[in-house]
Formats: sequence, C-alpha cells, structure tokens
Amino acid sequence: MSLAGKIGEIGIVRPYGDTTGDGRVQLSFTLPVPFGDESERARAEGAALQLAAKMGMDPAMVVHAKGMGPDFTFFIVYGRVGHVVDLSAVTVAEREFPVLPAAEVNLRIRSALGRKLVVVGACIGTDAHTVGIDAILNVKGHAGEKGLEYYREIRVVNMGSQVGVADLVARAAAEHADAVLVSQVVTQRDAHLTNTRQMAAAFHAGFVRRPLLVVGGPRFDPGAARDLGVDKIFGRGTTPREVASYLVHALAPAGAHQ
Amino acid sequence: MSGKLDLDPALVAQARELARRAGQPVTDLARTHTTVSVERAMLRLAGLDGADEDGMPWVNRLTDAVRESSGLEHGAALPVWDAIRCGGYPDLRTLAVDATAGLVKFRLPAGHEAEAARDAAARSVEKGISLIDGRRAERDRMIAATSDPPNPWIYLIVATGDIYEDIPQAQAAAREGADVIAVIRSTGQSLLDYVPEGATREGYAGTYATRENFRLMRAALDDVSRELGRYVRLTNYASGLCMPEIASLAGLERLDMMLNDCMYGIIFRDINPVRTFIDQRFSRQVHARAGIVINTGEDNYLTTADAVDAAHTVVVSQLLNEYFGREAGLADAQLGLGHAFEINPEVPDSFLLELAHAQLIRELFPDAPLKYMPPTKHMTGNVFAGYLLDAFFNLAGVMTDQSILLIGMMTEGIHTPFLSDRDLALENVRYVRRAAGRLGGSFRPEPDGFVAQRARQVLAEAIDLLRTIGSQGLLNAIAEGTFGVTKRPADGGRGLDGVVERADGYYNPAAEMLELAGGRGGSSPRGGTAEVRS
Repeated sequence: MSLAGKIGEIGIVRPYGDTTGDGRVQLSFTLPVPFGDESERARAEGAALQLAAKMGMDPAMVVHAKGMGPDFTFFIVYGRVGHVVDLSAVTVAEREFPVLPAAEVNLRIRSALGRKLVVVGACIGTDAHTVGIDAILNVKGHAGEKGLEYYREIRVVNMGSQVGVADLVARAAAEHADAVLVSQVVTQRDAHLTNTRQMAAAFHAGFVRRPLLVVGGPRFDPGAARDLGVDKIFGRGTTPREVASYLVHALAPAGAHQ
Repeated sequence: MSGKLDLDPALVAQARELARRAGQPVTDLARTHTTVSVERAMLRLAGLDGADEDGMPWVNRLTDAVRESSGLEHGAALPVWDAIRCGGYPDLRTLAVDATAGLVKFRLPAGHEAEAARDAAARSVEKGISLIDGRRAERDRMIAATSDPPNPWIYLIVATGDIYEDIPQAQAAAREGADVIAVIRSTGQSLLDYVPEGATREGYAGTYATRENFRLMRAALDDVSRELGRYVRLTNYASGLCMPEIASLAGLERLDMMLNDCMYGIIFRDINPVRTFIDQRFSRQVHARAGIVINTGEDNYLTTADAVDAAHTVVVSQLLNEYFGREAGLADAQLGLGHAFEINPEVPDSFLLELAHAQLIRELFPDAPLKYMPPTKHMTGNVFAGYLLDAFFNLAGVMTDQSILLIGMMTEGIHTPFLSDRDLALENVRYVRRAAGRLGGSFRPEPDGFVAQRARQVLAEAIDLLRTIGSQGLLNAIAEGTFGVTKRPADGGRGLDGVVERADGYYNPAAEMLELAGGRGGSSPRGGTAEVRS
C-alpha cells in the first residue's frame, strides 16, 4: 500500500502538490493596494505574503502580481499549508432529498407517474411580489438554473399575483394539480403566515387527495411547515432545481412505477 | 463582405421573404392596437416624470385614470390635453395628482376642442422627440471628440444592484478595455408594469433600470470616455412589460445600445405575445430615432435547447428580428443580432460547428453589428477549463468578424464576477485579438468542407422552419411551443389586460411622429453611416 493510502486510512491528510504530504496549495486573490512604482510593488507583495501567512501558508511564494487600475493588485500565490485534514471529523450536511439534474427529474416523473407532473403556482393575498414565484417557475429561472417550465415533464400553471385562496383551490382542482406552490414576500402584520394558514385550511377541507402544498418566501421559518399546515417551506436563495428535486422526492419516489 | 460559404443568394432571399410573410400579420396587429405602456411612453416623452408617495409613477396613475374614465381606445393624448385645457392645469404633473385623487373627469373631445387638444399634445411630445434628437447629436459629438473603438467591441456586464457600486466598476472596466458597459437589471424587473424612479441601491442580482440610474451611469461613462479618448457605450434592457417607456428613457438619457428582442419576453418571461409585439414595435421606433443599436436575445434559445440541434432556431429568430426591426425603421447598422458559443465542448468538431454557425450569421447579415455571446451552459466551475473555452470563443469571434463580443467570465455561474475575473477575461480577449486579430482574412473554409456544408444545412433547416411558421401563423407557432420549450398562447401570459384595440380617430402624437420620421440609422461598430429611411 502506498504512503498516501496509509495516511488516508489513519484519517489525516494534507494537500497534495506533487509529493505526498507536501501540503502545497494555490490561491488567487485581490487586495485594494496599488501596484505602481517599485516601492508600491514591494509593499503589495509583502501584503499578499502577510495574508498567505495568516491563512496558514508557510512558506508562501507570490508567483504573479498584477496591478488592476490605480487601486488594486491581483495575486497568485503558491505555498505550503501547515493545516491537516482530519477525515473522521468531516461532517456532511444531511438533506432530506438529493438535488437532481433536470434529466433525472424528468425521468423520475415519467417512470413514477407516467404523465406530466402538474404544478399550480401563485402569490396569494394582496402580495404583488411575483419575483420569487417567477424565479422558480419561469423558463428564465434564477441563479443560473432554468425554472420549472423548462422541465419537459412538469406542466406549470402560473396564476400570477394577488390570487384569492378560493380561486387557487378551484384552479388546482381543475388542473388536477400534483403540487401547489405559493410565494409570499409581504410580511406586514404577519400577512404571510395568515395567508398561508388560510390557504392550507382551504386545501385540507376541499380535497380528498389534496395536492402537495409548498410555500416559499424570504421571511418564513423553514421549520414551521407542520405548524402552518403545509408540506414544505423554502427560504431565501432557493433554486428551481431544489424545488423540482423536492417535488420528485415527495411525488415521484425513485423506483416507483406507474 | 465576400462570401466564404458560397450561400445561394436565392435561398437567402427566400428566407427573408418567408420571415416577412410570418411577421407581417403581427405588424398589422401592432399598427391597430395600443398598450398602457405605449401611452405611458407618450406621456414620458411629453415630460411627465416622477412618482407618488407609494413610488407609483405619475404616468401610470394618469393613464389608469384616463382608462377608467374615458377608455384608451382613442389614445391617452386627446383626453389628457383636453383636461389640461378645460381644467386650466399648468402641467401634466398637476393634472396627474388631481386625476389620481379622482378629481378629474376625462372625456373624448370633439371638433375644435379635439383640434386644440391635438395641437397641445403634439407640441409637448415634440419637445421630447427633440430631446432625443439632441441626445443623438450629442453622441455624435462625443464620438468625434473622443474616438470610436475598432471591431470587435468588447462588451462587459456590471450587476451589483447598487448604482453607486456599479459606477466605479464600470469605470474600472472601461479603463481595462471595455468598449460597452451593460448594467444588468434587477431580477424580475421585466415583470413590473411600471418603471421605478430615482437612483437605486437595492436590486436582486442586478440594478433597476430607472431614468436617474441611466443618467448617472451615462455621465460617469462620459467622464471616463474623455479620460481615455475613446467613447464608451452604455447598454440596458428594453424588454418586459415597460419596453416602450424604457426605450424612451434610454433615448432621453443617451443610452447607446438596448437589449430588445421580438420574442424573449414571451418565451422566457411569459409576457403576453400580443402585448409584446405591440410594445416592441413602438420601442424599436424610438430606438431607430435615438440612434440606439438594439441587441437581440437569440443566445437565450441555446441556453434552453441543444446548441447544435437548435442552431436553425437562432437564424429564424434573427430573420424575424431583422424583419420587425427594419419595419420599425431601424437601419441594418442598428440590428445587433445575437447568437452564442454554446455547443457542448465534448461534442467532436464543436469548434468547427461554432465557426460554421458564426460565419453563416456573419454572411446572412453583412451590415448588422452582430453580438456574440460567450459560453455559459458548459462552464462547469472548473475555472481553468472555462478560461480555455473562453479563449476559443474569442478566437471564433475574431475569425468570423463578429462585431460585439460579450466577454466570457471563467467564473460564469459561480458568482457575480470578481474584479480579477473581469481583468483576466480582458487579458484573454486582448491576447486573442493581438495574436489572431487578422486571422479572419486568411480563414477560408474549404468550399464543400465540413464548415461550409454545416452552414448550408443550418440555413436549409431555418427555411423549413420559417415555412412551417408561415403556414400556421407566428402567434400559433409560439402557442405551439415552436420557440424554446414552452407553449405561449396568444391569450395567455402577463399584460394582455393592458392591450387596447385602436378606435377610429386614435391619436398618439409620439406614434405618429415616429411613424412618419422612421429611424435614421445608428452609430454602429460596422462603422458605415447607416442608411437613411424616408
């Protein structure tokens, strides 16, 4: 067994440059310091080395420094870090569902449902802020990810803003919605919570097999789903792929067949 | 431009004719309808600015009040200027305040009262149009006093959300070589049915397009243009529900290029198709007048579909954009038709395919300032591989004589670019230009080789698709999901409630002046003075 293998077994590793245990890494960054005349350049490189040292690189070498405009300098630094990685202490955040690529989402829906998954989305109450629901639903999407409309196996009905709960329930029934997505941005007098409870109550009362209820907005507590009567709450920064993956997790589990 | 692909001129003419036939019915629709945003744009040109205490612009308040009281089918101008005359209002703002409070009863004037309202409306809007003409002349003077950069123009994006952060970043980018600065808009602005007011410091992944933000950024770029002796252009977005208004504000504040696609809002933002085509026509008429180069959004098709399979949809959309653009008075030199380098790098011969597509478009639109977009879809987070891919993109751009290169970032899809990302990206394009800037002159694809054949195949597929669209009608084709992956029926999407059929006697002085005058060409990177439309 190689030395690297042995160290791995113990559970302690260092970065690998070209020799086991050499701890060599590369780093690039910008400092807001000028890189003009000779003394400025010397000071800039010194500043970069100081940062590298504080980041645990010793020895460190500035291999590239370049002024960008009058006020900034870009650096590329190579060096050895003294830190070790203890693999036994690595923690992995558990997520209740895996985030899947679009093709996988489509495949799972096809094999589990044998038809398109129907999503009805809306901003309810007086809330006119459709930024959230549109970021999740529109093809345009959000954060470099296409919205749910982009998924071939998802049919999206976007009802827009200021939708009444009764209209939402009726539309969800008419479309045979598998899931209802509701976005709430306005939080005055806890309007988002009141609206959500109302909406959930209407769905619980109006259906034998109600659609999955998903709520999103920047001010929700993601842990409050049960309290509000919904199945899932998404917070700020949620991407369309996460939502699609959750829908598949809840409605089209792996291995299920129609 | 001498053809390198040996395209059949008859086939090219046929493609154009098919595009015209597909687009004509939609143009007729735009000529016979108006929208709330077209009417608001007219009021903006007449000088109505500002917003109430809730931030709702006075143009919205006034248009809504007119609509409620007397309808918009005759246009807002007659009821508004009639009310000004009858009520003795000193200006539009004062009228708008009273109208918002429900104190004004609008009516459609007749006879000599209608004449008086018409004259007054025309005089007010004329001032706005003259301002736009003045801005255009000012641009010409600025270019003469500085200089016009050579092709390809280097196009860079800033997007901090805060106009006061955007400004130093834009100036830094210009100093590092950017010829065009685009300020990305806040996420979702295209879906707002009003234009926000004032300088803004909070946007989501972009900065709101407002008149004040336009003014601040243009002034800052004027400073840096003088400092560098090179005119730095400013770009924003005339898309979404307020296209006509944003186009007008861009003309009034001397923006130089505007994103303005005939179908983008429909496909990607679910904006009603009819609303989009009406708004688009007016906005393009304003751009034509203002000497603004439009940028179309075909690159977007390739982010949702496979760039090889969907290559012909790009050409189809370009031909439609060209037809709609010319019809609205834009000169070829103002048609910044878009396309992109988005083929999966794992595909064999991917670079040859990219060259075929880019060269085809260059030859189909010889006088258009083509805008070439860098890879985004296949940027994986491996910044080193991404940097290489961007270099190939830059190489394809110089080899096929593209006019505007949007500079690729190796950190695409990871974060909004660091200062250093932008600097490295510019170093990349400078190297390619220096090393291979004249390669285009020596690039001769084999007459019946891979590149030439592929280009001819894409053109043939585009013609087939145009024929299909022509036979079913453009609106039906959009409803059937021909473009992009979504179906967009003509009665669906946002903004349809803002569409109004024009009645006999409809009057909009702005529409009339722009219709009569047409555009006068733009200052484009192809250099030549644009054709003059009579």
